[in-house]
Amino acid sequence: MTTSPNKGIAAFLSDCLRWSLTGGPAFRIYLVTLFVVMGVGGVAYFHQFREGLIVTGMSNIVSWGLYISNFTFFVGVAAAAVMLILPAYVYKDKDFHGIVIIGEGVAVGALVMCLMFITVDMGGPLKVWHLIPGIGLFNWPSSILAWDVLVLNGYLALNTLVPLYILWCNYHNREPVGWKYRPFIFLSIFWAVSIHMVTAFLYQGLPARPFWNNPLLGPRFLASAFAAGPAVIMMVLIAIKENTAYQVDGKIFLKLKRIIVVAAVINLIMLFSEVFKEFYTFTHHSLSAQYLFFGLEGHNSLVPWIWTAIFLNILGTLMFAFDPSKGKSSYLVVAATCLFSGIWIEKGFGLIIPGFVPSPMGEVVDYFPSLTEIFITLGILATGALVGTILIRPALQILLRYKDFMARDV
Amino acid sequence: MDNRNKEEGQIKKDDPIKRKSTRRSFMKGLSLAAAAGSAGLVTGGCGDSATAEEMGLKWEEYFKTNYRLMTQEEKDETVARLEKLAKLRYDLDVKVSTQEPLERVLYGYAFNISRCKGYMDCVEACVKENNLDRKSKTQYIRLFEMEPGQLDPTSGEGKYFHEVPVDNKFYMGVQCFHCENAPCIKACPTKATWQEPDGIVVVDYDWCIGCRYCLAACPYWGRRFNWGEPEVPREEITKKQHYLGNRMRMKGVMEKCTFCIQRTRDGKLPACAEACPTGSRVFGNLLDPDSEIRFVLENKKVFRFKEELGTDPKFWYFMD
Repeated sequence: MTTSPNKGIAAFLSDCLRWSLTGGPAFRIYLVTLFVVMGVGGVAYFHQFREGLIVTGMSNIVSWGLYISNFTFFVGVAAAAVMLILPAYVYKDKDFHGIVIIGEGVAVGALVMCLMFITVDMGGPLKVWHLIPGIGLFNWPSSILAWDVLVLNGYLALNTLVPLYILWCNYHNREPVGWKYRPFIFLSIFWAVSIHMVTAFLYQGLPARPFWNNPLLGPRFLASAFAAGPAVIMMVLIAIKENTAYQVDGKIFLKLKRIIVVAAVINLIMLFSEVFKEFYTFTHHSLSAQYLFFGLEGHNSLVPWIWTAIFLNILGTLMFAFDPSKGKSSYLVVAATCLFSGIWIEKGFGLIIPGFVPSPMGEVVDYFPSLTEIFITLGILATGALVGTILIRPALQILLRYKDFMARDV
Repeated sequence: MDNRNKEEGQIKKDDPIKRKSTRRSFMKGLSLAAAAGSAGLVTGGCGDSATAEEMGLKWEEYFKTNYRLMTQEEKDETVARLEKLAKLRYDLDVKVSTQEPLERVLYGYAFNISRCKGYMDCVEACVKENNLDRKSKTQYIRLFEMEPGQLDPTSGEGKYFHEVPVDNKFYMGVQCFHCENAPCIKACPTKATWQEPDGIVVVDYDWCIGCRYCLAACPYWGRRFNWGEPEVPREEITKKQHYLGNRMRMKGVMEKCTFCIQRTRDGKLPACAEACPTGSRVFGNLLDPDSEIRFVLENKKVFRFKEELGTDPKFWYFMD
């Protein structure tokens, strides 16, 4: 199976493809499931493409829904790769070095989802070329959405090209040359913060929506991202540890846990601060929060969700903070799932929908995503999982082989 | 009028010319490379039996530029295509104007809250004049029934279904306020919405990508999105149209009140002001010292909605 030392691009690609798609029966079932869900999502999107966004649950009052909610959340997951890169490169942490590539794979998967969520949310997806500077008209720097297009695509490029270069070198049994990629690593650290701040500014910069027009939004986005993102990465690491030959050191889980706890506690403090501001002196601008937490004028579709989210958030944080199992995989999976789901609800539709309710003219309506919308969303989630999987699996193979090669050499 | 933010939504003067040549050659290359079959992709979604001619026209329409970058020649070409498409689609002879703003004109609007009785004639006239989607019952104007002691339409009743006038109630009309410092213009990622020199905030429907960021940014709920394909019965279509006004919209784009640009640039009143039976609606040129709108602003107690947001609307409320 080993290829010759002079391996070209074709060999690299075919090896990567082979490593990413071959696996045991469980893996095959996983792949088939993803493809089925993607297929259903594709059919649902075809329907939406023909009929228009009228097939969603959105309206002129709640004009962004499940798509933009998920977009917002997964920007956070993408940004969280920095929580591995930062210790690995700035603090030269050896343990993290081996898993940075996994964080970057998760980030690329999350970014692909973000871009897909934006695309399916557009009324005219074929007119997307209007956004391309040069042939379109780009409202930069005025529009924050234009900024977001730039930072998301830039981050995608950074997180694709840097790992690609490192893997390419390792594939050819070479050590990557530091000056060729390190500057981009440090750039990506700032860039990760920027993608999440800019996405927060998208909402934060709208005085029309008092629920979003809040200076805490950006920092809170970061804190929740640095809790939820590493939680996702932890689940991926556990899956890798249980199912592959790749060694994931137990120390990594302890360190990740520490990162998650700090971020999650900061997130909860900021959440509490927001809740205090909204309800201690109840103003006209607190109506959205009232709708979210307690319901307004008989509309309370979000109430059970947000309390579930807060419960899961607190439970997940406590589980990570006080871990009696001392890093047992099954325990960590439960804790990560709690925190991840809690933040997904709270920072997804718990953030987006109340921004629209009540409307600027004071109307209160409930939003329920349609089946089409749910299928498209699931399809995109499956696509993101697939992208992450087919990137991470060959990456691990290459790293393993390189490690073997180095061991043999010495 | 305060023009400090005018340049926000406007393209620099030298810009269009510089872009044009490169755009042109790019477009040419694209259309040459384009297989006729892929026209179906662009026109797809509308599903019905489109003829080859219709597909061809839509294909050419797909590659046209933003209205503000078009030369008069390009404007004439797209208008010819749009008129032809209306002929093919509805068998109607529509006239799409690209009339420029009038010199030394800045439009403003005032609404007399002590006169309006809530008859809704303005809403009806607006729906007809602007070819608003009948299926989703799109309306640009909303009337709020107010209790005494209120001056904020958000606390009024926006859906009243009873006979008017009602004792001890008054009414406030809300529509796009054509803000001088419009948050929607700032938000648009593709410059598909901007303020014309006569103060009207318009949308280039063909350039809008349908992201709905402008809708989220508007504090007055002044914008409407076409969630599905808009429908207007053939015999009810207003044939005198403007490119930036009441021409037929398509699904997936934003639209809004344009002060009836197709009428007002001809020196007429907007349909709402003309239809109002109580004379509550005052429309005119803010730069003309003898206009009625200037009289209202100078002699009545006027106020604006959500003034604290600094959007500087060109729509005032006043009392007799």
